[in-house]
Amino acid sequence: MNSFTRHLYKAIIFTMMLVLGACATTTQQNERVARIDPLEPMNRAIFTFNENLDQYLVKPAAEAYKFVLPDPARRGVTNFFSNIGDIFVAANNLLQGKPQEATSDVGRFLVNSTIGILGFFDVATDMGLDKHKEDFGQTLGVWGVSDGPYLVLPLFGPSNIRDTVGLAVDLKTDFVLNTNQLNSDQRLGVTAVRVLDKRANLLDAGQLLEDAAFDKYSFLRDGYLQRRRNQIYDGDPPPLAE
Amino acid sequence: MRRLFLKTALFFSCIFLGMSLSFAQTPDTADGLVKFVVEDVMATIKNDKAIQAGDLRKINALVDQKILPHSNFQKTTQLAMGRNWPKATPAQQALITQEFKSLLIRIYGGALAQVKDQKIQYKPSRAAADDTDVIVRTVVIGRGDPIQLDYRVEKTANGWKVYDINVLGAWLVESYRNQFNDQISKGGVEGLIQFLQQRNSALAAAK
Repeated sequence: MNSFTRHLYKAIIFTMMLVLGACATTTQQNERVARIDPLEPMNRAIFTFNENLDQYLVKPAAEAYKFVLPDPARRGVTNFFSNIGDIFVAANNLLQGKPQEATSDVGRFLVNSTIGILGFFDVATDMGLDKHKEDFGQTLGVWGVSDGPYLVLPLFGPSNIRDTVGLAVDLKTDFVLNTNQLNSDQRLGVTAVRVLDKRANLLDAGQLLEDAAFDKYSFLRDGYLQRRRNQIYDGDPPPLAE
Repeated sequence: MRRLFLKTALFFSCIFLGMSLSFAQTPDTADGLVKFVVEDVMATIKNDKAIQAGDLRKINALVDQKILPHSNFQKTTQLAMGRNWPKATPAQQALITQEFKSLLIRIYGGALAQVKDQKIQYKPSRAAADDTDVIVRTVVIGRGDPIQLDYRVEKTANGWKVYDINVLGAWLVESYRNQFNDQISKGGVEGLIQFLQQRNSALAAAK
C-alpha cells in the first residue's frame, strides 16, 4: 500500500470515529429498516457529512470543471478512466466465471487503447463490445456473500459491509492509485480529475434526486441496495421473497 | 379435393394475415405494447422542437395522450403505499394517486426532453403466452453508458397497462415504498397528502 492510499484509509477511519462519537440519538425504525440498516444513526451522520462536503467543495469544483472543459473533452476523460477500469472488469468477470464477458472486456481494452488513442475514444462500444460494470463487491455477491448492514462511507457514500470489503480490494488493485509510474503529487492530481469527472457526470441527476426523494437518505439507500442486487445478477435478479 | 384444401388453406391464411395486420396497431402482447408506446413517444419527440426545448405544457400533453392511456397509476400508487393503502379512504386514495402522478410527471417529464438519437434494444421475452403479469426488458443506448429500463406490465380488461418501471436497477414502486411509509408514520395519511401537495407546488414554483 502506498502512502496516498494509506492516508485515504486513515482519513476514512478518522471521520467514521468522529461521526460515531457525534451521534447518540436513536431514531424510530420499522422492522424492515432495522434489518437492512441497523447502523442508521451513524449512517445518517456520515451522510450529512458527505452532503456538506459535496455542497461546499466537490459539487462546486465539479461545476467549474464542467464549465471549463468542453463536452467532448470530458467524454474523453470519462472514457480514459473507464478504459483503465476495463482490465479490472475483465478480472472480475473471470472471477465470476464469465470468460466470454472477460474476453470481450480485454478486447475493449485492446481496441480502445490503440484505435481509441489511449482510451480517450470508446470505439469498442461502436464495434459491438458492450461496456460491463463489475467490481469486487459484485464478485463477492456472485460468490454468495450477503450484503451485511447498509453502510455510508465517508467520501465514498452508499455501501454495505460486503461492498466495503469489495471497495478495499478495488482500491488496492486500482491502477492509478498503485502504479509506480506516478509520484504522489501526480497521483493526487490524477485522482482529483477522476473524482471531478465522476461528480460532473452526476450533476444533472442530482437535482432529479432532490425533487424525487421525500427523504434523500433513505431514498438513496433503498435505491443503492436494489441497484447492487440488480448488478450482481447482471440486470436480472430473481424476485425477492417478502 | 386437393384443390379445395389449398383454397381453404389460402382463405384462412388471408384471414390470419389480415388479423395480424390489424393487431399491429393495437398490441396484444406486453412486449408489443411497450414497443408501441416507446416508439410512438420517441417519434413524437423527435419531430417536436418545443418538447426538445423542454416545454412543460407540451410534455404534459404528450404524457397524457401517449403514456397515461397505457399505464395504471392507481396500481403504482397502491403498491408503493403497500400496507398503508387500506388506511386511506377512497377519496384520499384518489388524491394521493393524483398527486403522486403529478410529481412523477414533473420529475421524469424533463427526461423526455433529452430524447435525441438514442436507440432502444428490446430484450427477448421469456413470458409464457398466458402470463398476465410480465416484465419487459429494454436497454437505452445513448452517448454514455447503456441505461437499463424495464417495465412491469399487467393484462387488464382494457389491454396491457404499465404499472412499474425500473431505471438502472431500481424499481419505482420499491424505491418509494419506504418514502411513503415514512411520511405516513410521521403524519398519517393526511400528512402524506400534505407533503405531496407541498412538494408539487414547490416544484411548480421553481420552474
